Amino acid sequence: MDKERLQEIYHEMVLVRRLEEESASLYQQGKIGGFLHLYIGQEAVGSGIIAARQPQDRVITAYRDHGVAISCGMDPKVVMAELLGKETGCSKGRGGSMHLADTELNFWGGHAIVGAHLPLAAGMAMADQYRDTDAVTICMFGDGATNIGYFHEALNLSAVWNLPVLWVCENNQYGMGTSVERASAVSEIRQKANGYGMPNERVDGMNVIEVYETTQKVLPKVREGGPYLLEVMTYRYRGHSMGDPERYRETDEVEKWRKDDPIGIFREHLLSKEGFEETVLDEEELRAEKLIQEAVQFAESSPDPAPETLFDYLYVD
Amino acid sequence: MAMITMREAISQALWEEMEKDPNVFIMGEEVGVWGGTYAVTRGFFDHFGPERVRDTPIAEGVIVGAANGAAMTGLRPVAELMTINFAFLAMDQIVNHSAKLRIMFGGQFKVPIVIRAVGGGGRQLGATHSQTPDVVFAHFPGIKVIAPGTPYDAKGLLKSAIREDDPVMFIEHATLYQSRGEVPEEEYLEPIGVSKVQRPGRDVTLITYSKMLQLSMQAAEQLSSEGIEVEIIDLRTLRPLDMEPVIKSFKRTNRAVIVEEGWGTFGIGSEIASRIYEHAFDYVDAPIKRVAQKEVPLPYNRELEQLALPQVEDIVNAVKEVL
Repeated sequence: MDKERLQEIYHEMVLVRRLEEESASLYQQGKIGGFLHLYIGQEAVGSGIIAARQPQDRVITAYRDHGVAISCGMDPKVVMAELLGKETGCSKGRGGSMHLADTELNFWGGHAIVGAHLPLAAGMAMADQYRDTDAVTICMFGDGATNIGYFHEALNLSAVWNLPVLWVCENNQYGMGTSVERASAVSEIRQKANGYGMPNERVDGMNVIEVYETTQKVLPKVREGGPYLLEVMTYRYRGHSMGDPERYRETDEVEKWRKDDPIGIFREHLLSKEGFEETVLDEEELRAEKLIQEAVQFAESSPDPAPETLFDYLYVD
Repeated sequence: MAMITMREAISQALWEEMEKDPNVFIMGEEVGVWGGTYAVTRGFFDHFGPERVRDTPIAEGVIVGAANGAAMTGLRPVAELMTINFAFLAMDQIVNHSAKLRIMFGGQFKVPIVIRAVGGGGRQLGATHSQTPDVVFAHFPGIKVIAPGTPYDAKGLLKSAIREDDPVMFIEHATLYQSRGEVPEEEYLEPIGVSKVQRPGRDVTLITYSKMLQLSMQAAEQLSSEGIEVEIIDLRTLRPLDMEPVIKSFKRTNRAVIVEEGWGTFGIGSEIASRIYEHAFDYVDAPIKRVAQKEVPLPYNRELEQLALPQVEDIVNAVKEVL
């Protein structure tokens, strides 16, 4: 990657971190309703994976979707407006935190039922195969999703039909409050792909360069040869959602991963290996901060959906 | 007009729409090489090829789920569920995805999927394979639910469903595939969401659909010989529900019987009766009667099964009770 691209990715990861911190604060103020699942700690996964995609490649993810939306190119204003339920949000305030999408950006959501978007991804890849394009569908999901029937049905179908899907398991080591060891027969999730004769590998999800390079290596294989499963090892610093009492993790464990902060690791890399000046990176942080403040302002001053639009979009005709 | 079976009518609708639009394709269990469990897609695999007539694993969640995903990108999948009882395995995809993807993302997606599902009792298939749960699907805003009772309506409505930009659940009754009816040689479409008077009459309004339309017609013939003229309204579409012809007829007859094959509790009869009371209370001359399946999972034994299912005699008696 050239320096400009590296700098962009650093900016993007900081932007996601600040967006999530600001969201947490707005949630506590009661301005964001419902559930709120933060991406803090997992930024390198979304940024690394999506930096490697081609424009024609679709991205679809689960409900922890704010960071993925930003990586796909969504304006933080539009994200924030959706979180606040405003008409100017990407889903016009109808979807909320778990249902961000923008088809123009080839970002297909934000899906809230664990595992349910894996069949959707298989269908999108099937459609691309049907139309004979060279697009890949990148489908991201948590470790918890690999224990549900949908995972089996979708991976099996993708292998039987040789569909161009990159399955990305973001293994953050907990499905809500239950650790992988307590919920999955194998704790190395990638092994599950072997059951479908599907190539697979594990990658360090705290290192954005590693995630990016692995994805870049793998995507042509998917484009040419069919499905592949990447298990990306990561960690969320915050609870599952804002209502998580976090009785299931030791403080030491959380601290250990904080020291391995994906943004800290990347910053260190940029300073020591890529010849960046501190001031350049500080500048990116300020720029991100400014964008988030603008996003909050935009969202707060945006209108709610009008009452008479309650039934809009229910049916096409 | 040609006399053809319900099976031929449905098959023709699929064939014509696939010939017309390359975005239309079929996926499901045994739809291809086998030719369809009910032989609806016989000959399709050889003509349209494996890309457009796709045999799937036995995995209803991914059948409907992948069809939803393909539909989101603009294709027009017809996903076949071998029986409607298996739709429960795909319930999340139907209810949480087909029905909601459009509105929940502020209108960004269209989901032009047709889910064909075969339902109904009366074939000694036991409790899990004999249900008529049509009303369950009609409960959810966001999908449209069609259940035709004649070959004419089956063909015209299925063609409309495939061209429709919204998700459609198209429910066929397994015991109707051999039933015959007149179908035009030339192309035609029937509108979704429009109820139809299938038999005019002056004395009682009878509201029904699908297989029970056939039984109701028989009951009406019998009653006619006794001087009682029943007006039969076929709902054809359960959502959106067209009440206009029902209310219009009821204001004339002041009496109604609703006949459904599924269970009556929270059923179609309850819904229709309630709407009649809401919109035509001043016209009610007798309590509205409901005919439905007895409240028990269908037994295998032939006599017990028939005992649980609504019969022509039950309909005749219900009509006489409201007079």
